Amino acid sequence: MTILVMEFTADFAEDKDAAAKIRDQKIRPAIRDGKEVILDFTGVTLATQSFIHALVSDVIRTTGESVLTLLKFKGCNKEVKGIVRTVVQYSLEILEDENGEG
Amino acid sequence: MKLYLPNSANLQNIEGFFKRYSPKGPKTLQFKMHDRYVHVHPAALAMAACLGEAAHLAGVTLRGRVRRVRSLPYLIRMGLFPFLRLDPGQEIAGHEEAGRFIPLTQIRNNEELKAAIVNVIPLLHAESEIANPIRYLFSELVRNALEHARSPVGAFVCAQYYRNSERLSIGVADAGRGIRASITEHHPVTSAMEAIALALQPGVTGVTRRIGGNESNAGAGLFFTKGIARLSRNYFIIYSDDCLFKLLRGPESGDPVLYTDPADDPHFFTIGLPEWRGTVVGIDISVAPGSSFSELLSAIDKAYDLDVKKRKKAYYKMIQFLK
Repeated sequence: MTILVMEFTADFAEDKDAAAKIRDQKIRPAIRDGKEVILDFTGVTLATQSFIHALVSDVIRTTGESVLTLLKFKGCNKEVKGIVRTVVQYSLEILEDENGEG
Repeated sequence: MKLYLPNSANLQNIEGFFKRYSPKGPKTLQFKMHDRYVHVHPAALAMAACLGEAAHLAGVTLRGRVRRVRSLPYLIRMGLFPFLRLDPGQEIAGHEEAGRFIPLTQIRNNEELKAAIVNVIPLLHAESEIANPIRYLFSELVRNALEHARSPVGAFVCAQYYRNSERLSIGVADAGRGIRASITEHHPVTSAMEAIALALQPGVTGVTRRIGGNESNAGAGLFFTKGIARLSRNYFIIYSDDCLFKLLRGPESGDPVLYTDPADDPHFFTIGLPEWRGTVVGIDISVAPGSSFSELLSAIDKAYDLDVKKRKKAYYKMIQFLK
């Protein structure tokens, strides 16, 4: 499944309500069913860290590292890519810490 | 209550403005201003408008006299006096300042925030290198206020762009419960200073004890805001309850370093200020042509460390970015 983020946010992705809607109605059910999800950021010029967090952090923390084989990011510019990296990194670090691994 | 607009209140010397504010005598708000010239940071304007609106909502009598200072047209264009229920005694025709500021805007909900963000570009006639930091900071700071402050008047924002110094100044204020009350819900703090220091650390949020936040809150908005100021070597302040945190510009030599613990950044706290029931945030950032907001964000990303443990694994390298 490909989700065009801009359909929910316009070019600046900052609306956390929109992020929660995408997360709960699209990403979470698909990942639960083991389906691939491509988050397509084409047309998004800027996203806040809060938006990306609301979009994927909890899905990553509840599914774990394996989610990265299903969850893919498309059409990200430098700004968006950097924030995605940060959110994915700390979400999995927290999970690792909570599981007492490492 | 008393509110005084001084001759000068930039982030370097904004303590003077805060010290002359008084919450005592809650039935009347007495407004005064310098009799020759007033030059104040958007943070001071946002606080003044927020105070005026909150006082009006609470049935407080607003009194004062607007002086015909040289900078009065600027204060009128910023939209200050309607919130203070004062007549400035003159109207401003024309828009010669258009493209240099974003006037005071009251934001009470998500829809108003979205509209304010959409308006940034036409109001400022700005390129993305100027508009993007404003849009980013408006969103993060106002969402913080809407989600945590419980302010009866929402949040007030405004911004000023100084072409000559290629600097952008932004102010956001709310009249809510303040950072200490918000942080105390899930973290044991005993003072506003401790609460502000904690709120500035990445991963700490007032909605949960859990480091890294919950599904909706990362606890990173203030850290990113501080990072934007620090890495562009500018000032950043937070005033809440009786406490002011001020991030300093730091030494001119060498590259600025961003730390997760604000105690390691060049800064100082001032305590014992007049009690502000709410939070005021002010920030300056450099927006020289060619300056890259994406590089700034990338530098903050690198400094982001939740201190949950030493980083063991580069998870970010496993992300699949498709073209």
